[in-house]
Amino acid sequence: MISDLFSVTVLVGILASGIRLSTPYLYAAIGETFGQKSGVLNLGVEGQMLLGSFAAFYVALTTGNLWLGLLTAIIVGALMGLAMAYVTVNLHAQQGISGIGFYLFGLGMSDLLFQKLMGTVETVKGFPEIHIPFLSDIPGIGKIFFSQNILVYLAYLLVPVAWFVLNKTTLGLKIRSVGENPDAADSLGVSVARVRYFTIILGGILSGVAGASMSIALLNVFQQNMTSGLGFIAVALVYFGAWRPIGVLGGALLFSLINSLQLWIQVLSIPIPSDLAVMMPYVVTILVLVATVSRVRAPSALTKPFERGD
Amino acid sequence: MTKIFQSEWMSHLVDALLPVFATLAALIIGAIMLLVLGVNPIDAYAALWDGAFGSSNAFAETLVKATPLLLVALGICISFRGDVINIGGEGQMIIGAILATWVGLNFTDLPGWLVITIAMLAGFFGGAVWGGIPGFLKAYFNVNEILSTVMMNAIAVQLMNFLLRGPMIDPAQAEAASQIPQTARLLDAFRLARLMPPTRLHFGAVIAVVLAGLVYILLWRTTLGYRIRAVGQNPHASRYAGIQVSRYMVLALLLSGAFAGLAGAVQVYGVNYRMITDGSASGFTGSAGFNGIVAALFGGLHPIWSIPASILFGALLVGANKMQRIVQVPSALIIALNGLVVVFVVSSEILRKQRQRKRLAVAKRDDELPPSGDKQIQQAEAGS
Repeated sequence: MISDLFSVTVLVGILASGIRLSTPYLYAAIGETFGQKSGVLNLGVEGQMLLGSFAAFYVALTTGNLWLGLLTAIIVGALMGLAMAYVTVNLHAQQGISGIGFYLFGLGMSDLLFQKLMGTVETVKGFPEIHIPFLSDIPGIGKIFFSQNILVYLAYLLVPVAWFVLNKTTLGLKIRSVGENPDAADSLGVSVARVRYFTIILGGILSGVAGASMSIALLNVFQQNMTSGLGFIAVALVYFGAWRPIGVLGGALLFSLINSLQLWIQVLSIPIPSDLAVMMPYVVTILVLVATVSRVRAPSALTKPFERGD
Repeated sequence: MTKIFQSEWMSHLVDALLPVFATLAALIIGAIMLLVLGVNPIDAYAALWDGAFGSSNAFAETLVKATPLLLVALGICISFRGDVINIGGEGQMIIGAILATWVGLNFTDLPGWLVITIAMLAGFFGGAVWGGIPGFLKAYFNVNEILSTVMMNAIAVQLMNFLLRGPMIDPAQAEAASQIPQTARLLDAFRLARLMPPTRLHFGAVIAVVLAGLVYILLWRTTLGYRIRAVGQNPHASRYAGIQVSRYMVLALLLSGAFAGLAGAVQVYGVNYRMITDGSASGFTGSAGFNGIVAALFGGLHPIWSIPASILFGALLVGANKMQRIVQVPSALIIALNGLVVVFVVSSEILRKQRQRKRLAVAKRDDELPPSGDKQIQQAEAGS
């Protein structure tokens, strides 16, 4: 019954899993924010996530070491990022389309490896919940914020760190200048190529971690196409959040809370078509884009390859 | 003179062959991957070839697979030429299929040819709406079309799941305990004609090829097509030339969606005769909404060249199944290789541009030479 939703236990449950489920969105979208701030649209996030997700899961399954799994996802993500960087920075490939190529590559590759190396769906024991002393004992709040696994905490730590790096450091200034006016940045001695390599590889790493967070921390399984569009949403969240980490966080929470609500609706077998509930965040995203995009400006050099004029 | 002429001709030929090189490169990487997996690549590719072209039935299946790819690719030719990127083929196919199916399930009294015609138009219309919305949002609210089309994909999938589990579910399934999310079957009279029984090759392939010709005419022989391409090449200049840029952006995406919607309708009326969902988009589309982009790019965004390109990728997808059976390599390998083909094709653009620049530079240098008898021949050649 609908009234079941409003008991304290259920509300706490919805919020706690909402916070948890926002993790992959956060890693992937913060990584994408760095890329877009430097003028590169990486549409291959989904592919990077899938490969990272598989790599982390497979290594964790075979070695029993979750950290080694996470490290593998980081390496895989970095390599995918490196390839993407070469293609966009050196070869000036059209970013929207090459991203689709990397998506298809990751989709096919992760499926191929899954079928060849595993064959059946298995489970691992993922990162355990860490109960922060005292804070996790606070009724409600403790369960929602202070009884999560390590990757959730790190994801939330990433938001202020990303804000700080982008806005308060020389590196951030370089990233932003390369994304706004690469010619000016270049004439001041900033290497546009090096900055973009850095942001794209960082984006790849964070996408890999995003994938790993699904396979070895949240769901603890790997399946074909398990991200099912989450990587594309992450790209949209960057626009949604107007290229600010805090805005990205808001968007990620919107998606994850509605997802978690919908999961609970199913668990409690409340007669609301869950398909329509799942649809809502996408509709809301489009509406938010309509409402904000005309007021917020994208980085000027976004999707434009840089070529030094003669 | 002949030397310049030859090298320029060669250079154009190399440009035209770039996608072929890109595919070969992807296949070579695929061969290395196969070796790593402990499979003889020659055996694997032989099985692939056999699965795609080995018998008349295999070839028919290839064409069946190529049909939706070509229809989506035609739409992609229009939108990418207009510099709007349509990633929403999957959703547009679904919406087109839903409307077309609804027509077939509700007008059971009408003659078959009429229902098929209305259904195809409904598919076209549904896709047009689903592509037109992102087009409208881009033109008038500056919403990035890549994002909105991706969102529209997700919305379409959920809409399909909702309709097939609820309002449009097969009455038999609604009563049965299994509750398989599928619609009722279309009447036999509403099926697109089979061209080569007993194979599944159907009339949709003819529709797609005819439309390829029409899209060519649209893009290069009509004002509408000229304007779409002009907006794509230089929106600022087009605006100064008095073209209403935003209107043509909407139109490019709308038409692009319409062709994908038609692809969805053709899948229902030519292959499945009903809609069924496994919860994902690719469960219905077979990822044709994405692979159509690959085919269009491979065909150089040219509607006619998209025909062989679609057949090639149809062949790869069909052959992959046989490869999976014979040498136990998951067909997912082909999806990964498709991705590499896309990356290589867009990456090789730089080579084309570099050579184009070199050609221009050569032409310019020759122009600066003192006039001589050869000059006129040169100019004649340059003009041809």
